[in-house]
Amino acid sequence: MTRYLVHRLGQNLILLWLVSVIAFTVLHLAPGGPLAQFALVPGLTQADLARIAHQMGLDRSLPVQYWEWFRRMLVGDWGRSYRDTQPVLLVIGSHLFATLELMVSSTIIAVLLGTWVGVLGAIRRYSLFDYLATVGAMIALSIPTFWFGLVVIYIFSVKLAWLPAGNLYTVGDGSFLDFAHHLIAPSLVLALVTVAIWSRYMRSSMLEVINQDYIRTARAKGLRERSVLIDHAFRNALLPMITIAGLQLPTLLSGALVTETVFTWPGMGRLFLDSIGYRDYPMVMGVLMFSAVLVLLGNLMADLLYAASDPRIRLD
Amino acid sequence: MTPLLQVEDLRVRFRTDTGIIPAVNGVSFVVRPRETLALVGESGSGKSVTGLSIMRLTPRGGGCRVEGRIRFGAADLLALPEEDMRAIRGNRISMIFQEPMTSLNPVKTVGEQIAEAIRCHRQIGRQAALDRAAELLHTVGIPDARQRLASYPHHMSGGMRQRVMIAMALSCEPDLLIADEPTTALDVTVQAQIVELLKRLQQQTGMSVIFITHNLGVVADIADRVMVMYAGRIVEQAGTVPLLTSPLMPYTQGLLRSVPRLPAGQHQRRRLDAIPGNVPDPAELPAGCSFRPRCPHAVAGVCDTTLPELEDTAPGHLVRCRRWRDIAPAGA
Ligand SMILES: Nc1ncnc2c1ncn2[C@@H]1O[C@H](COP(=O)(O)OP(=O)(O)OP(=O)(O)O)[C@@H](O)[C@H]1O
Ligand code: SF4
Ligand SMILES: [Mg+2]
Repeated sequence: MTRYLVHRLGQNLILLWLVSVIAFTVLHLAPGGPLAQFALVPGLTQADLARIAHQMGLDRSLPVQYWEWFRRMLVGDWGRSYRDTQPVLLVIGSHLFATLELMVSSTIIAVLLGTWVGVLGAIRRYSLFDYLATVGAMIALSIPTFWFGLVVIYIFSVKLAWLPAGNLYTVGDGSFLDFAHHLIAPSLVLALVTVAIWSRYMRSSMLEVINQDYIRTARAKGLRERSVLIDHAFRNALLPMITIAGLQLPTLLSGALVTETVFTWPGMGRLFLDSIGYRDYPMVMGVLMFSAVLVLLGNLMADLLYAASDPRIRLD
Repeated sequence: MTPLLQVEDLRVRFRTDTGIIPAVNGVSFVVRPRETLALVGESGSGKSVTGLSIMRLTPRGGGCRVEGRIRFGAADLLALPEEDMRAIRGNRISMIFQEPMTSLNPVKTVGEQIAEAIRCHRQIGRQAALDRAAELLHTVGIPDARQRLASYPHHMSGGMRQRVMIAMALSCEPDLLIADEPTTALDVTVQAQIVELLKRLQQQTGMSVIFITHNLGVVADIADRVMVMYAGRIVEQAGTVPLLTSPLMPYTQGLLRSVPRLPAGQHQRRRLDAIPGNVPDPAELPAGCSFRPRCPHAVAGVCDTTLPELEDTAPGHLVRCRRWRDIAPAGA
């Protein structure tokens, strides 16, 4: 177990390093740069620009710049934002809650709803419900999230005025109910894709288990169909879903990016897009690395949980 | 003696994308108290489907239709409400399956799985059920039975798992055990042990057994009577001795010739004389006798007209063959 953990953590560190190299390179090779904004300021000469570039360290070679960034990151100095000179980690920290709140609530929706739809679809295979769920999932997967978000805002905020159109809370209110009220629309929008994916995986996992010999054995004992389906089938069908949950994290993160933009949600996704717009290199790198850590840790946790739930698996 | 189980004109059909598959076509037989009836036939002859029909465990959904009557005591199993059938399953009629490696739930301990079978039909506590499970494991020859309760199936060999299945099936002392090829997936030495075990348990408990197999070799060892199935029908039925020594149906004769034998002390295997040709596609049975395309005794104008009836040839001996009088009874 310890050996497994050490091995996996080592693997993840190497992965993180690769992510940082690739992200850094792509970011710096992309056209435009932090200096592009200064170039718009009237009166700044070419020499001034060169001086600013030198101060920011942008005139050095890419490997040297990378090494500088990397060295500092390791000791916890993730740099300061080009925009407002705030420490990157601090800014991420202040945006973290909004994103986590959104991700957790939409994951709860997705797991509950997706499990229900998937299991029922498997048990009543080829029924009207199953058919509708299949078509529904296909539609959900083909709808662009930002468009769906706008439609939700148009219907429920603009026309019906049931839900706020964005933001984390109402300034001056900020009660629990107020937070919850603001959370409904964005978490539903973010959950759309995950519900669809989760219900499809759940359905096929359940279908596979239902046809196993041990389900026939459970019926042969004389168990009630309910216990056959819940104690025997569902319990086994959930196992692969733990891994699926881990693999869903990137989808969830990129969905959050779009959802946060549509709902002016002050989370990491919007922070990321804004920072890209400003070519705020330290900020972009910071959010990227932080998300990568989240994804890798999430997957590691999923694998540990899987091993803990399946008696056939031993980690060593 | 009143029979324990009486199957009358059982018909099972599967509706599939490619058409209707008549898997069982009018099978009738009885199982008497305390007897072991062997059900023999090649792959696809409808043995499992017959066994599953008795348990009412044929695939759910609209694709499978089961007709006929299956009398068990006063009840017609096929007409029982599901709740009443559930009270019989695993309690008065049990079934064990061909695949011990996959027939146990991988995420539940062996003890849990046996205890669950007991508590499903008996009003006893968890601990009492586990105690009984340990007893059962001991009865089926599993060493360290009590410790084994906490084992998961993957800790056990195929033979051990099949013993667990047997323990589970016997947990409520059923009147009838349906054993569907319980030894096919096991090593030869283990096969013999499991057959011995079933024989011993049958004698101890006095239950009846339907022993499904495609191997006539084990039949001599365990069965009182034998029923041979071909293409969803019974083609010959007799006491074990007459069936093995003087089979009348050419198909049974062919099956007997294909049994491998190891005469005592000799380690030379007789060449297997498998029946030439294949089991017919149940969706496209030939006219007349289903066995005709493979039968060495087939005669045009006799065998290809209508389906031969199941005829009495001697008390308790039934044969479905037009020409049984002309064919010399031939043992192996
Ligand atoms: N679920 C099913 N759907 C469609 N056809 C089926 C199904 N189960 C069985 N059959 C068909 O019914 C026929 C009889 O099958 P059955 O399993 O009873 O054979 P068997 O005698 O037990 O053979 P084996 O020795 O291989 O176990 C076969 O032709 C098979 O294709
Ligand atoms: S009826 Fe004819 S074809 Fe069928 S088994 Fe008898 S001899 Fe062979
Ligand atoms: Mg079978």
